[in-house]
Amino acid sequence: MTRVVPLRRPWLWLGSAVVVVLAALLAVSIYRNPNIQHGVILQYQFAPAILAGLRTTVLLALLAAVIGAVLGVLLAVMRLSASPVLRLASGFYTWLLRGTPLLVQILIWGNLALLFEHIGPFRTNDLLTPFVASVIALGLNEGAYMAEIVRAGIIAVDRGQNDAALALGMSHQLALRRIILPQALSVIMPPAGNQFISLLKATSLVSVIAGGDMLTAAENISSANLHTIELMLVATFWYLVLTTIASLGQHYIERRLGKSGVGIHATS
Amino acid sequence: MPPPDVHAAAATAGPMLRAQDVHKRYRHEDVLKGIDLEVASGEVLCLIGPSGSGKSTFLRCINHLERIDAGRLYVDGALVGYRERGDCLYEMHPREICRQRADIGMVFQRFNLFPHLTVLQNVIEAPLRVRREAKAEATERARALLARVGLADKADAYPSRLSGGQQQRVAIARALAMRPKLMLFDEPTSALDPELVGEVLGVMRGLREDEMTMIVVTHEMAFARDAADTVAFMDAGVIVESGPPAEILSHPRHERTRGFLARVIGVRA
Repeated sequence: MTRVVPLRRPWLWLGSAVVVVLAALLAVSIYRNPNIQHGVILQYQFAPAILAGLRTTVLLALLAAVIGAVLGVLLAVMRLSASPVLRLASGFYTWLLRGTPLLVQILIWGNLALLFEHIGPFRTNDLLTPFVASVIALGLNEGAYMAEIVRAGIIAVDRGQNDAALALGMSHQLALRRIILPQALSVIMPPAGNQFISLLKATSLVSVIAGGDMLTAAENISSANLHTIELMLVATFWYLVLTTIASLGQHYIERRLGKSGVGIHATS
Repeated sequence: MPPPDVHAAAATAGPMLRAQDVHKRYRHEDVLKGIDLEVASGEVLCLIGPSGSGKSTFLRCINHLERIDAGRLYVDGALVGYRERGDCLYEMHPREICRQRADIGMVFQRFNLFPHLTVLQNVIEAPLRVRREAKAEATERARALLARVGLADKADAYPSRLSGGQQQRVAIARALAMRPKLMLFDEPTSALDPELVGEVLGVMRGLREDEMTMIVVTHEMAFARDAADTVAFMDAGVIVESGPPAEILSHPRHERTRGFLARVIGVRA
């Protein structure tokens, strides 16, 4: 029988070996570094304060993602509407929130009491606790990015789908909800997943207004015991756990969307 | 299973479609330059003409997918898309336009089935959501309609699993599920492989037997000859001539019609 001999790739092997060696050296230099106390890392990895911060981080990300998704659909529909006022309003929103640093937006929401002492009958600081201000800042910012992602998804759906829906007597809203958005989803999901992973990490920015997230907790501890690097490594571990779970979730959802044959190209 | 009723009775004794001096322009181009046309209830009209002559645009105006710029379009006696008060035309509320469209079936060149829904779901979607029919009733009718177009066994398949001819037959069943008064066909066989054209035209001939009023934009001259009551030849935004198929296709009076037919039949022969 004839044997199939694959092409030999010596450079590929050599390159891989170099990468492995470099990675090992880095790991050893961190592990044997006398300035890192591994005991401190182990002590705080599952500390109640850190775990409480972790819960807040997850909650912040989920709430902001929900606000962002709802706002994103709304803004995308406004951007594609026939009304020039709605188009302009949506465009302005996206321009403003994508055009300014998230850190600045968080600081503004966190310090809104300096601008408005009262909102209606309430004291601003009672209403906008650091957590609430964080959710609002992250959610509104997320909405601006989701708007562009959803808009791209809607545009990717063949125009004939809308024609067919309208010709059957469906209203624009019904056509959007039942026909257009379900198909746009397969285009929306990959960038939306990326966006969620960015959001998970962006929650750490709320530590500047003491938003109560995991980084706030880590900083609180390290400012007391001065083990800054150790506590950043504690936080790093948890961020990696979160983003890994999110990546797996994204992978799973995309595979399910792919399987059902729901593709924008499925008709052709 | 009893044969499904496919169309609602006309509300008036007048023509099903009346077009009066319909104009449509896109930016600086006049696409329709005064279309006058009547289609009686139960009549089959084939619209022929070179591409770019405005046939498809006219069809899309009939169910207000395109807004007209001047003239009047009446379907079953009711002005399409507008309400006339005094000497003004007021555009209708979207809800009323939807109600009008629900009574007019449309079949597209590229089928436009909903790829995320099964064949059965495609057919019952509008009856459920627009007509608010009970699910059991809508499903039963949908199955009967699918049987009628020869696709009873494909109810649970997704459109991507079907051939072009099968997809187009589902699209016809989907339109019929709304019990339209009038069916519009926009080049229903132009995107099909030649061997699949016959099955779609067969379904359309069956509809003619049921006295469905149909307006068909087509390049299938053989279909126009034996299935149409009237053939209208359109060119450059006007209807050049119309009449019984034997007359228009065999003894056209106008030079433009003769030129077009020579080209089309020349290609086919």
